[in-house]
Amino acid sequence: MVNFMALDPETLQQLLDTVRRFVRERLVPLEAQVSEEDEVPGEIIEEMRELGLFGLSIPEEYGGLGLSMFEEVLTVQELGWTSPAFRSVFGTNVGIGSQGIVIDGTPEQKTYWLPKLASGETIASFALTEPEAGSDAGSLRTSARRDGDNYVLNGTKRYITNAPHAGIFTLMARTNPDEPGARGVSAFIVERDTPGLSVGKHDRKMGQQGAHTADVVLEDCVVPAGNIIGGTAGQGFKTAMKVLDRGRLHMGAISVGIAERLIDECVRYASERQQFGKPIGEFQLVQAMLADSRTEAYAARTMVADAATRFDAGENIATEAACCKYYATEMVGRVADRAVQIFGGAGYMAEYPIERFYRDVRLLRIYEGTSQIQQIVIARNMMRDAAQN
Amino acid sequence: MKLLVPVKRVIDYNVKVRVKSDNTGVETSNVKMSMNPFDEIAVEEAVRMREAGSADEIIAVSLGVQQCQETIRTALAMGADRGVHVKTDQELQPLAVAKLLKALVEKESPDLVILGKQAIDDDSNQTGQMLAALLDWPQGTFASGIELSDGKAKVIREVDGGLETIEINTPAVISTDLRLNEPRYASLPNIMKAKKKPIDEMSPEDLGVDIGPRLTTLKVEEPPKREAGVMVESVAELVDKLKNEAKVI
Ligand SMILES: Cc1cc2nc3c(=O)[nH]c(=O)nc-3n(C[C@H](O)[C@H](O)[C@H](O)COP(=O)(O)OP(=O)(O)OC[C@H]3O[C@@H](n4cnc5c(N)ncnc54)[C@H](O)[C@@H]3O)c2cc1C
Ligand SMILES: Cc1cc2nc3c(=O)[nH]c(=O)nc-3n(C[C@H](O)[C@H](O)[C@H](O)COP(=O)(O)OP(=O)(O)OC[C@H]3O[C@@H](n4cnc5c(N)ncnc54)[C@H](O)[C@@H]3O)c2cc1C
Repeated sequence: MVNFMALDPETLQQLLDTVRRFVRERLVPLEAQVSEEDEVPGEIIEEMRELGLFGLSIPEEYGGLGLSMFEEVLTVQELGWTSPAFRSVFGTNVGIGSQGIVIDGTPEQKTYWLPKLASGETIASFALTEPEAGSDAGSLRTSARRDGDNYVLNGTKRYITNAPHAGIFTLMARTNPDEPGARGVSAFIVERDTPGLSVGKHDRKMGQQGAHTADVVLEDCVVPAGNIIGGTAGQGFKTAMKVLDRGRLHMGAISVGIAERLIDECVRYASERQQFGKPIGEFQLVQAMLADSRTEAYAARTMVADAATRFDAGENIATEAACCKYYATEMVGRVADRAVQIFGGAGYMAEYPIERFYRDVRLLRIYEGTSQIQQIVIARNMMRDAAQN
Repeated sequence: MKLLVPVKRVIDYNVKVRVKSDNTGVETSNVKMSMNPFDEIAVEEAVRMREAGSADEIIAVSLGVQQCQETIRTALAMGADRGVHVKTDQELQPLAVAKLLKALVEKESPDLVILGKQAIDDDSNQTGQMLAALLDWPQGTFASGIELSDGKAKVIREVDGGLETIEINTPAVISTDLRLNEPRYASLPNIMKAKKKPIDEMSPEDLGVDIGPRLTTLKVEEPPKREAGVMVESVAELVDKLKNEAKVI
């Protein structure tokens, strides 16, 4: 179970206020530039380090903030007020890149790596997906052949967020060739400069410019056996699933934050834009769009808060986490679509942020488990629970 | 060197201020409050002095209601070492604040008091000057640059005509202007650590200060609404209107 000391309300509020201010004063003004240049400026990354954003979810004893899941989702909702590309800079250190080590790492692995990840000195990526293994991650083919005290890794990882910047990869590879399913998989910590590891060129994406993904290619890449997270082979897929559980709440929270930003943009535009002699926000058909967006964003916010609170209390929330990821990411897709509609022609034009967010949020329904995979998880858990009762 | 930095809790600068319906003041319930921006600059300057090795202790002081402790916490998160809260629910006018600060200066013996040149709520621009007078200390107001050396401070002042550089002896009172520095964001780990730093709480009576008001507020009103502009047909009409209606030329 995750151990944490919940912050008192006053300190939590101060923390959220600080993040909010940083987001609105420093990041929002740079959105268009980052999108155009496909690069978050170095000095902003440095400010993120100083602020402590890389360490949100890493325990205090390793130099992080050790936020509870509830505190993390509130913080991430604040970060959702701006382009998700900014969050991506430290997102893998908060989520999928670091959590394997936080949850299942050996004491030595934690002591060595977590302080570097918490400070942002080292970027961690999470490498699960392969050209032939996306949703069916358990079928992954990257092989890890035992050779004395080492493993020799061969294979290709695809669409790996932050791969061009990563110092380490939490990388899933098959240690047991006789076990084709998830049980043959182990999670390795692989350092960037290991001979045989190369990173491909940046993928060109629909949105979230400034956040980078690339292939990671392993050719006879020798990694010490001691780099298996937790030290035991065959546990990798379990580790990956635990990481993704937490990540699903994080994704739910970012979706809520972006939806609230879009709604704010919509309300302001609908109050100012006049057609037929009055603000378009006075037309009931526009009001219906505003009301639907507000209602759905509120529902998602409430779901995420509930699931996070229950996670902190030690409940198994695998089903709820999938519900949150599924609902919130689909919700923000609808909110973004309505935003384009409310803005009319302006919503289609790149001068306004709406068109950019519309592209940015499309990703949320795909990575860390597609919407269909969330539906499968939810329904499968329902059927399993029913069979047990 | 020891620094005393007074910080005031004011309505956040992003909030659109509303006047109470009975015209006795402005609405403060359910309104976001923050540290006066000029005081943030003062805290930042103090922290930089400590980082540069010219100061070793920073005391953040706030006077007023219980929630002023949140403002002190912000200063502690930015880098102040400890806090002092003089707690009162009474309205505090600049003279009362200056008297309370004088009492605290006598108690703490700082080498420098650094404070905002004014607070964005009442815009009085009086406290620093009154404090310097009560203490009979030198003052450097509207500072846009401060340089410390043994027993002296060089202060660059923002005055109407440009910049004025003066040298004063310490101990002294320095009030900060906007261009002195750009305050940092308190880092998230420091916000959490600030909780463990001490805040001394006391009352005006403990300091033996009479904080009774010397001014009475008669009424508070919204600024006049801006009226819609008019389109003029020609330059001649514009000149005519400026001369005879607006009476500005
Ligand atoms: C920008 C970006 C960043 C990424 N970052 C990372 C990263 O950091 N690390 C990492 O490991 N991966 C990363 N990914 C990969 C991402 O997790 C996968 O793209 C995702 O899991 C989907 O896999 P796929 O692309 O192979 O699609 P597929 O699995 O081929 O899916 C194609 C379609 O089929 C559907 N489908 C598949 N199986 C089923 C089924 N059983 N029932 C019903 N429908 C099904 C899917 O829902 C989808 O609609 C990233 C991807 C992108 C685009
Ligand atoms: C790529 C592109 C190409 C274009 N090409 C041309 C062109 O070649 N020639 C040309 O003349 N125009 C062109 N347009 C303009 C286009 O026709 C307008 O953008 C469109 O008619 C919407 O007008 P608007 O953008 O001013 O939105 P608005 O009219 O401001 O509408 C904003 C929102 O308010 C809603 N709304 C407005 N009035 C009401 C009401 N009474 N009740 C309910 N809802 C209402 C709208 O449905 C919309 O959701 C183009 C636009 C784009 C984006």
